[in-house]
Amino acid sequence: MADLGNPMIRMPAHAKKGEVVEVRSLIMNPMTTGLQKNKQGKLIPAHFIQTVTVTFAGKPLCHLDWSTAISANPYLAFKMRAERSGTLAMTWKDNQGGSWTAEAKITVA
Amino acid sequence: MERRKFLKQSLVVSAMVSAGGALLPSLARAANVPGWPAKEFDAKVLDQAMQDSIGKTSVPVSPAVHLTAPTIAENGAAVPVTVDVDHPMTADNYIDAVFLYVDHNPTPLASAFFFSPENGRAYFQERIKMAKTDMVRAVARTNKGELMSSKPQEVKVTIGGCGG
Repeated sequence: MADLGNPMIRMPAHAKKGEVVEVRSLIMNPMTTGLQKNKQGKLIPAHFIQTVTVTFAGKPLCHLDWSTAISANPYLAFKMRAERSGTLAMTWKDNQGGSWTAEAKITVA
Repeated sequence: MERRKFLKQSLVVSAMVSAGGALLPSLARAANVPGWPAKEFDAKVLDQAMQDSIGKTSVPVSPAVHLTAPTIAENGAAVPVTVDVDHPMTADNYIDAVFLYVDHNPTPLASAFFFSPENGRAYFQERIKMAKTDMVRAVARTNKGELMSSKPQEVKVTIGGCGG
């Protein structure tokens, strides 16, 4: 069974108020398109992350909808304006009921 | 009597269904995440994908929408794409969405990113699959509904990434 989940978030631990920081993330998922065939010639069902939801300090920050065109083990980087200290939480959900969450904290001075 | 019989039958049916689920715990049931816009991702041609996601099939190009992708992709299965929109992100004036398209992919809409002003910048980086040499384009939408597109960027792909 392929590696699944194990999400990681990389974000600066400290920032000045108003600074825009970059958040980088990675999660393991095959992101199979449903178009590939296995050795027996049967279609491998699509298995891919469909949504990524990001909150900061409990409030929604941003959200993505993904297609099967996102590469396997999807990497994602985005930005956030550091206004106050808090916890960034990301949740990835795939089309086979899989759901994973990771968090990262930042201190804003 | 009738009602009791009906209720008893439904109870038996639901017990069977849940037992069936328990008997096959490893059977992954493919089900779209609630709220995932299946129709937009079902579109098979660019025009349809654009119509479904942004309501237009043609969007003016703006130098504010920067799309960076390699001119030659070493690996069509993982093409790094960066989108950065030069635009304020204030409470009443911000980029609220960026849609990324690959013109001739089996699914032309690759991803949709929904921002809030707190992102500070409408920027993201991700890796996409490209079936063959093709155009990639990013369309940004403001909270007021204004649409602007990056210049379409051609990416040459030697080994296609969709596996089809």
